[in-house]
Amino acid sequence: MSSTNSTHGARSHARGQAAAAQMRVPATPAGVDEVTWAEAIPPGSYATKVLGRGSRVRLADPDGGACAHLLLFRADASWERLNVADTMKVPWQAYLGAGHPLLSDQGRVLATIVADTSGQHDTLCGMTAAGRAQMLLGVHKHGMDVRDVAPSVSFFEGVRVADDGGLTFTGSAGAGTAVDMLIHLPVVVVLVNAPHPLDPSPTLTDLDVVAWRADDELSVPITDEPEYLRALFNTESTWAAAQNEALT
Amino acid sequence: MTDDIVAARAPWSAVVKAGQELQIIDLHGNQAVDTLFYSAHDHAVRYSAQTTIAAQGNVFLTTGSVLRATDGTALMTIVADEVGNHDTIAGACSKESNTLRYGHHTVHQHGCAENFLAEATKWGMSKRDIVSNVNFFMNVPVEADGTLGIVDGLSAPGKSLTLKADIDTLVLVSNCPQINNPCNGFDPTPVRMVITGPDQSPVASLAP
Repeated sequence: MSSTNSTHGARSHARGQAAAAQMRVPATPAGVDEVTWAEAIPPGSYATKVLGRGSRVRLADPDGGACAHLLLFRADASWERLNVADTMKVPWQAYLGAGHPLLSDQGRVLATIVADTSGQHDTLCGMTAAGRAQMLLGVHKHGMDVRDVAPSVSFFEGVRVADDGGLTFTGSAGAGTAVDMLIHLPVVVVLVNAPHPLDPSPTLTDLDVVAWRADDELSVPITDEPEYLRALFNTESTWAAAQNEALT
Repeated sequence: MTDDIVAARAPWSAVVKAGQELQIIDLHGNQAVDTLFYSAHDHAVRYSAQTTIAAQGNVFLTTGSVLRATDGTALMTIVADEVGNHDTIAGACSKESNTLRYGHHTVHQHGCAENFLAEATKWGMSKRDIVSNVNFFMNVPVEADGTLGIVDGLSAPGKSLTLKADIDTLVLVSNCPQINNPCNGFDPTPVRMVITGPDQSPVASLAP
């Protein structure tokens, strides 16, 4: 007779699983008191979270095979979302790196890349069919649907453009790199760890995510590029105007 | 047959049925034609710049480029091109992005995002249906260090491009009203849209 042939037996079996399980949780970064999100996303899976304004989120590629596909939506107005074209065009830069804003379609900064030890990212190619299927699930979890799966950006697998427009897949920077983003408005984050479409032989490994509060960083612009400062102005003024009480 | 002149700064849309061709004629030269594509029968099957770029391994569109939906479905194919390359990474201008690119004094200028929204509404679509588009006749090089930008165009008066529909395709156009960069030679002008070929669709009418 099996141990799960009764409700009580099945309950005991279910409750016994967590104690015996091995689950890796990314470590809290040095100097951080409390994390608001810590999760390892295995190959082929996705994760999603609402992150508040002033959060700092770190994506890490501990083993060198992660590919982090990202969509961002304003949590309080999901019709406003990451606009990949403006994210390239406004800063006059196709390649993501520290100082690069992730802009919404409303001329605001949803997030800024504030640190990057990889340098191998992509704004041009999007996801594979398997990645899109995961992204769609993540988007559905916030009441959205396939129409909200707009162009995405991806981290840890690079692409470069030749003079004739041709693409070269430059792959990973290796194990142990990370990208930090500062969140400027409350956002829905949807992350998928899935192959890059141009990767000829993907060998996916875990994608680590850790987030914590970093409110003080909002008041220190990471660059003084005029387009970025105007995007910050749009963001800050929108946030201030929407408050029910005066900001201190 | 359809033969329309799209006024400077105006939107336009039509269904091009499978097998039909759409010729876009840059009447006065260097006029960006911002364009989106949807399956006429399921607007969720829509143009994806990223799928298109990844599939052809190149950011420029020209003869032979297949314009694909997100799931890889071929919507239209460029079958003739008198210019050489067309953009699909720089997106559409908007009131909001104008404030970042040129300053807040431009916030009330007309933009392609506004044209797209107004035209999409006629087909039952809304803001969520608007994604990264094609910019026919717009020249956006990418430098080795990733610097990119809209520079002087390669087109000239009378040059054209022809697309053949692989499936019944709704084509949404904003004849770009931008006056702050060289995409329209700082002077938006009309373009001509000509649809030719057999109407073999069993669907009697796809008008909005």
